[in-house]
Amino acid sequence: MTEASHYTASETLAILASRQLKDGQVVFAGVGTPLLAATLAQQLRCPGLTILFEGGVVGAFVEAGKLPPSTNDQRCTKRANMVLGSADVLLLLQRGYVDIGFMGGAQIDQFGNLNSSFIGDPAAPKTRLPGTGGGNDISSLTNMIVAMKHEKRRFVENVDFITSPGFIRGGDSRRDSGLPAGGMFRVITELAVFGFDERSRRMKVLALNPGVSREEVQDNTGFRLDFDENLTVTEPPTSHELQILRQLDPDRLFTA
Amino acid sequence: MLEAQLEPYTQLRADLAARDRSLREKVMSLEEAAGFVQDGMKVGIGGSTMSRTPMAMIWEIIRQRRQDLSCSRCIVSTDGDLLFGSGAANHIITSWFAQGILWGLSKVMRHHVETQGKRYEEWSHMGVGMRYRAGGMGVPFLPMRAMLGSDVMRQRPEAKPIDCPFTGEKLLLVPALNPDVALIHVQRCDAYGNAQIDGLQFMDIDLALAANRVILTTERIVSNDQIRRRPDHTKIPFFCVDAVVEVPYGAAPHECFGIYEPMMKHMDAYVKQVNADPVKGMQQYLEKYFYEPKSWNEYLALIGMNELLEASQLGRSIYND
Repeated sequence: MTEASHYTASETLAILASRQLKDGQVVFAGVGTPLLAATLAQQLRCPGLTILFEGGVVGAFVEAGKLPPSTNDQRCTKRANMVLGSADVLLLLQRGYVDIGFMGGAQIDQFGNLNSSFIGDPAAPKTRLPGTGGGNDISSLTNMIVAMKHEKRRFVENVDFITSPGFIRGGDSRRDSGLPAGGMFRVITELAVFGFDERSRRMKVLALNPGVSREEVQDNTGFRLDFDENLTVTEPPTSHELQILRQLDPDRLFTA
Repeated sequence: MLEAQLEPYTQLRADLAARDRSLREKVMSLEEAAGFVQDGMKVGIGGSTMSRTPMAMIWEIIRQRRQDLSCSRCIVSTDGDLLFGSGAANHIITSWFAQGILWGLSKVMRHHVETQGKRYEEWSHMGVGMRYRAGGMGVPFLPMRAMLGSDVMRQRPEAKPIDCPFTGEKLLLVPALNPDVALIHVQRCDAYGNAQIDGLQFMDIDLALAANRVILTTERIVSNDQIRRRPDHTKIPFFCVDAVVEVPYGAAPHECFGIYEPMMKHMDAYVKQVNADPVKGMQQYLEKYFYEPKSWNEYLALIGMNELLEASQLGRSIYND
């Protein structure tokens, strides 16, 4: 019934991202792919995964076919353990209760900094983007997984504006800026899975998605990429993963 | 760029001392309550994104042609579009500004910020929260650890990075935000303004404590006996509140937890119209839904019975299982 050979880029993102999560973790998730991926992980392998939403939700189990339109809607509270004020749920990040922050991204750079504020000069922007929301708080205070579309204009050497900090200018610059905890952990795209070098803090390819070449990843990236010495190829989405994902989002709100 | 415009503590106390905080009935109409909002004021808006937006109060303020408001809200949805598009606000303090993640960028926000000189002042979500909390606590700032190292901080000279006097670590101090008036929509309250909130409370408690005036709109006014049966559900005490307005579906077309979900057909049509032409599309929307209806009920009738019932069925379904 579920064709494992046909799937969209968004489905790949959600499935590969869900594989990065471990049972028992506390995950702070954004809406869209992160919420889907975290819920998918809960249903497939991680029944003890706790999902937090910035609207103030602790421990949600989102219902299949009733995905919330944002992380601030009543659907986010479905079967949750607790609802808090939104400042208080964000403060859980600062105290250190959260293992993984999980977001989408519009523009990212070699050090994992994310821009969702301005395209062009912030003083006279070509495009004013929506802004940080909780993105800055999450990326400042915990380990991050980012799932995003892979395009050259989105993978740039240096972002126009650091909305949500990754490793800032690499090396120890994140710690020296007053952010001693957390940092970019993984970036997931429809082409590859990325990590960050321990010292330089530059992005590197850990695994290629099935059927994707090194050249293809490099050609779609606006800066020179390093490839891990133990570079692997990711297992393709299984029919079971696709089946559960399609039950979660039957209307293809986030997986078209 | 302005300093944070902090009100001196003595002034803040004097303003509060001068408010009538007695246990008295405060029920009034939308028209009367809008009198608390004057041109140029700092207006705090409750709820978040498409949830418990005090839309009826915003609707009335726009109808009364208020101008030069400086509005703040943790996350802004179509309320921000309408405040900019109508000319009611020229400054919005928030962490995220678009109609909703389903629709991408707001062309209305882009038009007004990129070409009309209106200000979208961006803070992190926690930053907005700590500003209201400091305001509610009666202190001039709170320390936090997010925003450091980012350009969001560099854009905000009102926030001060410091070395902690205890540990030497870098911290960011964010200034208190005490709005002149807060607009908050709740599921129910009594005539005195004891307000009960179901579900997500967002930053509304801090906002109510921080503001110099609070206008409550409510789905229902219940008796004080009802409130006293479940005092643990009361989130905002009556002495914070200056006006109580009963407005069924007062957050429409956004949601009110447990009563109705967002009216998505209306939202979709709105976004299509204003993003196609952020000036004319907005003007036509405002004429039809804001300026022409004689009452809030007429506005609801324009949204339509089917939409209201569908949204209500989904909203109440949270209590079905």
